[in-house]
Amino acid sequence: MTVPTYSPSMIAAILPELLLLVLAGLVMLVDLVGQGRRGLGWLAAAGLAGILVAMIFLGRPSSDESLVFGGMLRHDWPAFTFKAIFLFSAAITCLLSLDVPRVGTRGEYYSLLIVATLGMCLMAAASDLIMLYLAVETTSIPLYVLAGFLKQDDKSAESGMKYFLFGALTSAVMLYGFSLLYGATGETNLYLLVEKVRVGGLSPWFLGGVGALVLVGFGFKVAAVPFHFWTPDVYEGAPTPITAFISTASKAAGFAILVRFVLAFLPSVGVYWTAVLAAVATATMSLGNLLALTQSNIKRLLAYSSIAHAGYALIGLVALTEFGAASLVFYLAAYVVTNLAAFAVVILFARSAGSDKIADYAGLSRRSPGLALVMLVAMLSLAGMPPLAGFVAKVYVFAAAVESGLIWLAIVGVLNAIVGLYYYLTVLKVIYLYRSEDENKPILVPRTYALALVACTLAILVLGIASAPWLERALQSARSLF
Amino acid sequence: MTLPVLSIIVFTPIVAGMLILLIPGDRKREVRLAALAASVVALGLSLWVYLTYDRSAGGYQFVERASWIPRLGISYYVGVDGMNLPLVLLTGIVMFTGVLISWGLDDRPREFFAFLFILATGVFGVFVGLDLFHLLFFYEIAVFPMFLLIAIWGWQVTREYAAMKLTLYLFIGSVVALVGILAMYFTSGLQSFDMLALEQANFAPDFQRTWFPMVFFGFAVLGGIFPFHNWSPDGHVAAPTAVSMFHAGVLMKLGAFAALRVGIMLLPEGAKFWSPLILGLATVNVVYGALIAMVQTDFKYVIGFSSVSHMGLVMLGFATLNRDGLTGAGLQMFSHGVMTALFFAVVGMVYDRAHTREISKLGGFSKAMPLVALAFIVGGLVSMGMPGFSGFVAEFPIFLGLWRAQPIVAIIAALGIVITAAYIMRVIGRVFFGSMPAEFEGHISPINNLDRIALVVLAGILVLVGIQPAVMAPLVQSGADNVIRLLGGA
Repeated sequence: MTVPTYSPSMIAAILPELLLLVLAGLVMLVDLVGQGRRGLGWLAAAGLAGILVAMIFLGRPSSDESLVFGGMLRHDWPAFTFKAIFLFSAAITCLLSLDVPRVGTRGEYYSLLIVATLGMCLMAAASDLIMLYLAVETTSIPLYVLAGFLKQDDKSAESGMKYFLFGALTSAVMLYGFSLLYGATGETNLYLLVEKVRVGGLSPWFLGGVGALVLVGFGFKVAAVPFHFWTPDVYEGAPTPITAFISTASKAAGFAILVRFVLAFLPSVGVYWTAVLAAVATATMSLGNLLALTQSNIKRLLAYSSIAHAGYALIGLVALTEFGAASLVFYLAAYVVTNLAAFAVVILFARSAGSDKIADYAGLSRRSPGLALVMLVAMLSLAGMPPLAGFVAKVYVFAAAVESGLIWLAIVGVLNAIVGLYYYLTVLKVIYLYRSEDENKPILVPRTYALALVACTLAILVLGIASAPWLERALQSARSLF
Repeated sequence: MTLPVLSIIVFTPIVAGMLILLIPGDRKREVRLAALAASVVALGLSLWVYLTYDRSAGGYQFVERASWIPRLGISYYVGVDGMNLPLVLLTGIVMFTGVLISWGLDDRPREFFAFLFILATGVFGVFVGLDLFHLLFFYEIAVFPMFLLIAIWGWQVTREYAAMKLTLYLFIGSVVALVGILAMYFTSGLQSFDMLALEQANFAPDFQRTWFPMVFFGFAVLGGIFPFHNWSPDGHVAAPTAVSMFHAGVLMKLGAFAALRVGIMLLPEGAKFWSPLILGLATVNVVYGALIAMVQTDFKYVIGFSSVSHMGLVMLGFATLNRDGLTGAGLQMFSHGVMTALFFAVVGMVYDRAHTREISKLGGFSKAMPLVALAFIVGGLVSMGMPGFSGFVAEFPIFLGLWRAQPIVAIIAALGIVITAAYIMRVIGRVFFGSMPAEFEGHISPINNLDRIALVVLAGILVLVGIQPAVMAPLVQSGADNVIRLLGGA
């Protein structure tokens, strides 16, 4: 397999990455010379949305999924789909950051965000261990900084530090796994590696060990049990828009590499890995949901819920079928738009009420019926109620499990969905039922936030009601992973 | 291109609900009028469908079908037959009377009607659905607004507990059924969620026996089957009047109906295998529910447990797996729906005036509100299965079928009817007759005209079906024949 290192047509493959780089520089530049600081967020959001549009029109992969740049990247549908998810999430995050104090007017904040997005895009396309590692770090390092962006705030500093320590450790372990793989095969390209492994000669114990090391890194990114410990603290301390970003785009990026790796390797390394992944999925769902039950802080609740959702998504991967992978992609898309909507409400509420305590959400339905309604939609979508995105997404992953004969896993999934419903309803109960003294204080919803809320809510409804075209796109992506 | 009547019926409530949300919250009069208009449209159209359904032709009519998620063989697929048509009409009736009864609701009526109408769309969608995914989709839409309706507008003492309990019970049931549905889908190999196609799938008997309990009981939770009935009296009591009406009147039928459509009709072999168990549990429903109703001191709990008892009769009718039993069950779903809506409307009217539901503290209300007392007595007679009222029309075939299937069960279940008579008499005697306690004397305001219309409509239907069963019985029989055909023409 020889891949040319360069031809002009390959530019289309990295179009979004190139434009992101330009945008990051542009934002810095405007920050230096510009006056209207509030324009920065708009510029970043509009730029990201523009890149998304440009990619959709100019960066479509051709029908033959091809390796480009000497096999460093793969220009295929899964990469395309994941990039679209990242860009959407980043654009919404920029909108959500605009009015957050000590964050929304900083040029470096937006630049870091854009660079992290750039790293994610490379993660989704990377098909070489070196590229993959670089992409993971390009994503992670800006996110460490962003998590600790509120320097004067102890919790934010703690968040950044914790995220960094965990991230550095797990990526080192992952790198160790990569180096062992390279040492045993002499290859760094993912697909050449697979060929070598398929030929055989490598001890299954060795492969199992390497797989475990690599999974540590991926597990950290998607916040799967037992690599989830950082999640609640980091989510709670980080500036809320960054929490939204980490819980959506960064998690999706983790899944992008996980799904590519697992589906490439698994056919040649034995079925016991299915059992391992199924166990991880079960533990992730169950632990996330159970720990979420006792939370009193909305950001921590969403942190544990995001762990649980990683577990549901993993079900799609465990199924090891085309439909399973498609259901995973669909699940992530549904989860991303839903979680962004939920965090948008959290940000707006914290801005007016100065609190992230669930108990303080009492009376929200009287203070701001619209905001309460968005929270209702988001919570019910996370719980998996129709006609919202979360419902069809759950049906798809459970269907994938049943199709592959993993009925027990589907049952574990639905039992978890029940636990999940309980704590989401608890939040809604506070919002709709309890009264508070602040009931007469309305909550301001600036236009930017209204735009983000409407975009996410519409996306939740569209994915839920008219899911057919999106499922087709997910299937198209899944097909080229096999 | 004919008019998509069923779709209009299904989506009128939810569209109206969304429009109502756009009305400013303080314009309560406009909100109520919009709600009334939507319910009139839904009722009118369901009545029209009911009357124009071609009874001689039978089968599924007013069928509409549109591809929804083609990759998985999911379509938006609706149609009515003799089984679900009365239930569509029932939903229209309860929706209309529910709006009338809730006219005086003053706490955020906008949100109230919006949630109630989302619920109504879910209910309509399940009743007319001919696609499994479609059915499940609307089923869950019908479940979650209940939480908010009870938690926000319910009886302060138990609403939080009852709302959470109810929602979790129903959600557990539906997700368990979901797994069963997915198993059916993949086992059939038809790549389709079309129920009419799946009816012909000929699942292996072992498969049917394994999965029938999950699917049937998953849905039957909402039908209030013992021992999963526990959510229902608490939910009924905690809910505001219109929601109790919807809940006991329509929502419990939703569970029973789905258990029939998906459980019995798609897995007939499983139904035959498990029918003794269902007979046993449903008998417990009938007798135990009635006994518990007997000892309640709270007026509303009496009605709540009477629903458990009466839904047991529906389940008994299903479990006979013969034509009489199924016809009776179909009629009972309609009859009980209207009757229990009437009961809860009456309870609401009494409670609004007396501010207590303790039976021992009430009395003599027939003098202050004679129409209410009369309506309750009509409901009571239906409940006892008195000839001339719809209850008889429904219960007679059930017992006929039951006698044929399992005489001993018929004898035991008949005890339930006797106990029903006892507790209904007791309530009528204590609440509406006797002497009125002094503190109520002169404080009981008469009911308004909207309440009167609601009571007359509900009681009128019960009498009409009772004295002229031909308006409904043959129709339901044709629906039962559909089921019998799948059961192998027993």
